[in-house]
Amino acid sequence: MIAAGGPEPVIPNFGHGSACVTGNHLFCWSWVREHWSDTLEPHLVQHAELTVIAVAIGFAIAFALALASHRVRALDQPIAIVAGLIYTIPSLVAFQILIAFSGLSNTTVLVPLIGYSLVILYPNIVAGLRSVPPGVLEAARGMGLERRQVLWRVELPLALPAIIAGLRIAVVSTVAIATVASLVGDRGLGYPIFLAMRLPTPFKTEIYSAGALVVALALAFDLLLVATRRALVRWT
Amino acid sequence: MILLDTANAHTFLEGFRFIGDHPGFLAHKALEQLELSGAALGIGAAVALPVGVALGHLHRGSTVAIGASIVGRALPSILLIAIFLTILGIGFVNNMVALAVLATGPVLTNAYAGVDGVDRDVTDAARGMGMSRLQMLARVELPLALPLLFTGIRVAAVTVVATAPIAAIAGGGGLGDVIVNQASYRLQGVLGACYCVMALSAGVWLALLALQRFVTSEGTTRRVAGTT
Amino acid sequence: MPSAAEIVFDRVTKRYAGREAAALQELTLEIPAGTFCVLVGPSGGGKTTALKLVNRLIPFDEGDIRIDGRSITELPAVELRRGIGYVIQQAGLFPHMTVGENIETVPRLLGWERERRRARTGELLALVGLEATDAKRYPAQLSGGQRQRVGLARALAADPPLLLMDEPFGALDPITRHRLQLEVRRLHREVTKTVIFVTHDVDEAILMGDRIAILREGGVLAQYDTPDAVLARPADDFVARFIGEDRALRRLALRTLLDVPLDPLGRRDELPQVSDHSTVRNAVSLMLETGADRVLVVGDDGGARGELPLERATELLRS
Repeated sequence: MIAAGGPEPVIPNFGHGSACVTGNHLFCWSWVREHWSDTLEPHLVQHAELTVIAVAIGFAIAFALALASHRVRALDQPIAIVAGLIYTIPSLVAFQILIAFSGLSNTTVLVPLIGYSLVILYPNIVAGLRSVPPGVLEAARGMGLERRQVLWRVELPLALPAIIAGLRIAVVSTVAIATVASLVGDRGLGYPIFLAMRLPTPFKTEIYSAGALVVALALAFDLLLVATRRALVRWT
Repeated sequence: MILLDTANAHTFLEGFRFIGDHPGFLAHKALEQLELSGAALGIGAAVALPVGVALGHLHRGSTVAIGASIVGRALPSILLIAIFLTILGIGFVNNMVALAVLATGPVLTNAYAGVDGVDRDVTDAARGMGMSRLQMLARVELPLALPLLFTGIRVAAVTVVATAPIAAIAGGGGLGDVIVNQASYRLQGVLGACYCVMALSAGVWLALLALQRFVTSEGTTRRVAGTT
Repeated sequence: MPSAAEIVFDRVTKRYAGREAAALQELTLEIPAGTFCVLVGPSGGGKTTALKLVNRLIPFDEGDIRIDGRSITELPAVELRRGIGYVIQQAGLFPHMTVGENIETVPRLLGWERERRRARTGELLALVGLEATDAKRYPAQLSGGQRQRVGLARALAADPPLLLMDEPFGALDPITRHRLQLEVRRLHREVTKTVIFVTHDVDEAILMGDRIAILREGGVLAQYDTPDAVLARPADDFVARFIGEDRALRRLALRTLLDVPLDPLGRRDELPQVSDHSTVRNAVSLMLETGADRVLVVGDDGGARGELPLERATELLRS
């Protein structure tokens, strides 16, 4: 299986078993309060960090690639094909294969996450750049804007809605896929879920609370991006 | 800590060797996975298709339909599996249900988009000719929506097949049993099983694509929008 | 910068790869400073091509184009374009910028300070008939006609000596189109610049141009003269067919009753009346309708100016 962070406790994270906990009732607030700072919060922070780093790097690469294929149309096909192929690799498979290369390190976790965000972001950025009405481009050139100026002052701002839409999808997907990363090691909110699942009697409260945090994290990022869009895109 | 085999190009080839050495075993596992996936897809589609088609026909509930896919993307498969594990216990059923939930997203969204997107002129003409709603659905809307419907099913199928390995941690069986068990099967085995999963996904995609081509008539090939 | 420039096309030829016939065939045209020159012709005639050669959106193969004596190839293209106003059919307004920001685009490129830009925007908005408050609005909130006005203001922002207009009213409804045609004519009287205006609509050409250049298929110049001259003496069959069989009536539509010799007042009751702002053509139309052989021309104040006999129209056509 995967390597755990230390000797596995027989009843992990149960802490001082209250009646609720030992009885494995549907949801025990006491447990949540007690273990917020040692279990839930650190994993939440890890999860958030992983997501942000992966999407940021994925975005940087996708952006560079999109600009390249915007200039040289011929590049688009090959890039799209490679992207499509990457997307077909199931996340579990990707993580396992990468373990062979970089062990149980952050790299193993990040590379597939970066790959998947890249694959989502690239087509969106390209589509955004292509969505600029040709009349606008013609007017911009005719007015004497240089190529670089047309890109930064006209094309990119107009591509923003599509880019942000892509970011939303990428971020939400990454939050979800990052839970699988827990199979590589103690990283992210997938880990508490995973541990709680493997018990002879799966521990409901831990699963539900970690799960709720995952969903909440995704929602929070999504709302943040929506707010960003509203702030930046004022013309529609 | 488990000692991991360090990788090089050789190791990747070892994965193929593993497949060669244990064809029966892997085939059995693959079959298990297909069973699970098939059942999940079946249930998911059985639920999502009617709902999607109905909503599309009535041209309502677009937020629900689009939202289904978004939620599907956002819900981590592990979470779904874990939740149903707690509700339904360990075994086949809980994983089937969890994967079925995953499958509904693409199917519903595409079913909706397919039926909703049928050219209004065409449906107006059908109504004008005196077709009842049911007749219009069966003879006009569904045939025209078939490409998108099928694509939704294809996407759902591949999603399910590709996610099924994770179910192994909740007793789902299939190739996932090997993939999450590097201790027993070594890196070779894991890689071999990984290749099999990818081959399975591709195979399912192509098989359904062939089926789609066979089933849809020529006049209805349209630009496919759908998820992914 | 001088306020209007002289443009010269000197045997300009443009060929497209893979096509036998040239898009433009040794086009030679002299456009004096301040002229409103309309390029008109059927599609494929090369008129848009000719226009785009001037701001080097398309390169030409042979010949030269000179603005105020200097070849357009002397300057880098980008600099050249900043000195030429360019208006296209779809307006091409930047959707993500406000009207004001759109208008200020070239001044910004040229480095004007903010105060100067703002003042200029205000001026231009008034000039094209928009409100000062429109500066804060986005193109999506404007009608087609308003967008074209903004397009015009944007092209005029840096006070270029030359304005290029490529079928700017083609996408508008007839009423808005007519209104804008009159606006642009008025503008040209106020702000004399050299304008090269492309259209496929011969009526628009006749209405707007000081000179019209008719380009035949293959970019060959068929005739280049004032509208009245083209209507009176079409150079060949093609031109005659292009401007239409009713060219005599169109010539009459070019003259208002204000600048036409009238007969002294005779028996004026029972004569149909016509305003002195109206055209000779309208007067003729009225005579045909009522069966009268003359009309009474009346001023704004209601006072009679004179009478116009039907024969006067024929005399006018002789000149």
